[in-house]
Amino acid sequence: MTQDHLNFIFIGISFAIYIVIAVKSRAGSTKEYYTAGGGVSPLANGMATAADWMSAATFISMAGTVALSGYDASRFLMGWTGGFVLLTVLMVPYLRKFNKATVPDFIGDRYYSKLARGVAVICAIFICMTYIMGQMRGVGVVFSQLFGIGIPAGVLIGASIVFFYAGLGGMKGITYTQVAQYCVMAFAYTIPAIFIAMALTGNVIPQLGLIGNYTADIEVIPFFEKLNNINLELGFQEYTAGKLSKINMFCITAALMCGTAGLPHVIVRFFTVKNVGAVRKSACWTLLFIAVIYLTAPAIGAFSRVNLISNLHQTSYTEAPAWFKDFEATGQMAWVDKNNDGVIQYFGPAKSEIGSNSVFQGKAPAYPVYDAPVEQRVGALGQRLLANKGDNSNPNELWFGNDIMVMANPHMAGLPMWVIALLMAGCIAAALSTAAGLLLVLSTSISHDLMKKIINPDLSDREEVRYARFASFVALVVAAYFGINPPSAFIAKTVAFAFGLAASSFFPTLLMGIFSKRMNREGAIAGMLCGISFTIGYIIYFQFLDGTPDQYLFGITPEGIGFVGMLINFAVAFLVSAFTPAPPQEVQDMVESIHIPSGSGGASHH
Amino acid sequence: MKIDHAHAHRRACLKLVFGLLAVWFSVSFGCGIIFREWLDANAPQIGNAPFGFWMAQQGAIICFVLLLLVYAFLMNRLDAKHGYTEGK
Repeated sequence: MTQDHLNFIFIGISFAIYIVIAVKSRAGSTKEYYTAGGGVSPLANGMATAADWMSAATFISMAGTVALSGYDASRFLMGWTGGFVLLTVLMVPYLRKFNKATVPDFIGDRYYSKLARGVAVICAIFICMTYIMGQMRGVGVVFSQLFGIGIPAGVLIGASIVFFYAGLGGMKGITYTQVAQYCVMAFAYTIPAIFIAMALTGNVIPQLGLIGNYTADIEVIPFFEKLNNINLELGFQEYTAGKLSKINMFCITAALMCGTAGLPHVIVRFFTVKNVGAVRKSACWTLLFIAVIYLTAPAIGAFSRVNLISNLHQTSYTEAPAWFKDFEATGQMAWVDKNNDGVIQYFGPAKSEIGSNSVFQGKAPAYPVYDAPVEQRVGALGQRLLANKGDNSNPNELWFGNDIMVMANPHMAGLPMWVIALLMAGCIAAALSTAAGLLLVLSTSISHDLMKKIINPDLSDREEVRYARFASFVALVVAAYFGINPPSAFIAKTVAFAFGLAASSFFPTLLMGIFSKRMNREGAIAGMLCGISFTIGYIIYFQFLDGTPDQYLFGITPEGIGFVGMLINFAVAFLVSAFTPAPPQEVQDMVESIHIPSGSGGASHH
Repeated sequence: MKIDHAHAHRRACLKLVFGLLAVWFSVSFGCGIIFREWLDANAPQIGNAPFGFWMAQQGAIICFVLLLLVYAFLMNRLDAKHGYTEGK
């Protein structure tokens, strides 16, 4: 049996499971479609939310980011887990008590304003749309590698599967599917880590191996000492030291945390459980399940960095392991023999005078066209040649993408074929579960908040679900289109956008809506508009126009500017609300009532 | 009497939330970012890893999970004390 057969079997089985679950638990009413009828158990909801949260990008490239930037990657590790503490203690129990189906619903009712609801709907749609494009791309890439088809066909297969169970099954369908997907992901992520930890450190638990000794050599030394030595020797930053400034690190972490707490597709997950007590339990489970993956990522990153370098650095191409050539063929790794010695060398920025270690000119490898003469495509030793010109300012010859640390991990450690097949199934589960969750929020934002609450309040229950299904179809077509033709400059920068937007719009507005009785319509709308326009303006100026790093405000990169946008939102909102009339009595009573945890009703209804 | 309960519950709840957020801030931003270099150099190592670095990559996440566990436990107890418990 070959690797391909095994991949097919694993993915086929996992798909069959997802589809059976989706069909069995498909939604019948709007209540079930939006919030699964409000009867999901805290444990199941925790797993489903964790699967929703772990996107294909997190699953595939998180460990690679840690491997590449060492300490600096802590901003993602802390930001994307710490946000759940804010989310749990400040937001979801109160929003669940409020008992409506969506986040713009709360903002619209709390600030008694269609304009506020409209701004919230647009933000929600924008955040979900930027996110889902990346997911569709991820699905396409994995499918195309697996089945040897083009990325467009891969995206289309992925999109139709997601539509099948998210569009038809609604929240109820995807919740139970995501439970299965979480299990696949957790095993796919941790099993290779355990094997590689045993090989390098002699410890079964990766997290303990990480703080233990490196035992694969004759000389036993602390693992981090080994890693720091390698990094310094090759001209990289010390692994445990950081390169980012303290204030920048602080702002990025804060923006990711507050953004996490304001993401509509995460918040609505907690509307699916029975009552406020169950929300708290469920949030605890969610973070625990997420932590399983996030605590393993630094271990995988560190281990595979050591493995990758010891496997490839100063190895002649003809003796390089077979997996290197496989990844070369898929364009995930590349080698440019700058000094023509036939040996692969990997060096960091400190080995060149201008502080760069780029292998070739341009950001990603480009290859000669298919029918180019063979001497343009294949080098003297059989290596794949690039169309990019080599960058001769530095001696580094090895290029690899962030995803290689997870994808090549089992190959490097020489793990059995079924582990690789499991990993493939895990990647697909990660992409599908996140795409499905986002699609649901997108479709409910359009059908419920836009169609029913703003445009046509007379919509019946059944028509609303029909609109939701139709909206999810349209959204998916748009997402698939951008998955096939990615606006390349855009996709890579969406993280800054989505989190910056959530941190500067939803998080402060929801927080003030919950905790301040005095906050009124005028304050909230002014705050949201100022926060959003500052954040978007800053990101657009530096990412798409000609802003240069020396113009950064206090040295804060666009990734972290959402935090400043949030502070602006708070300040403007309090200032404006101090000079405008207090909200009506019934809104003040409502704020009072959401702090009483009981009586949220068996299920959420609108 | 109901009004008093609501008021007392809200105050106790806010106190708990502020306490938890103080811990949340100090384990992540405090240990992991602001005082990291100092802790790396002066605090005892965790296994073979420098303290601040370990907090940023592992310790903070473990603390977050524990915080939510404490929150769920204490809040449910608080609800029971003020008579807001709902059937399971």
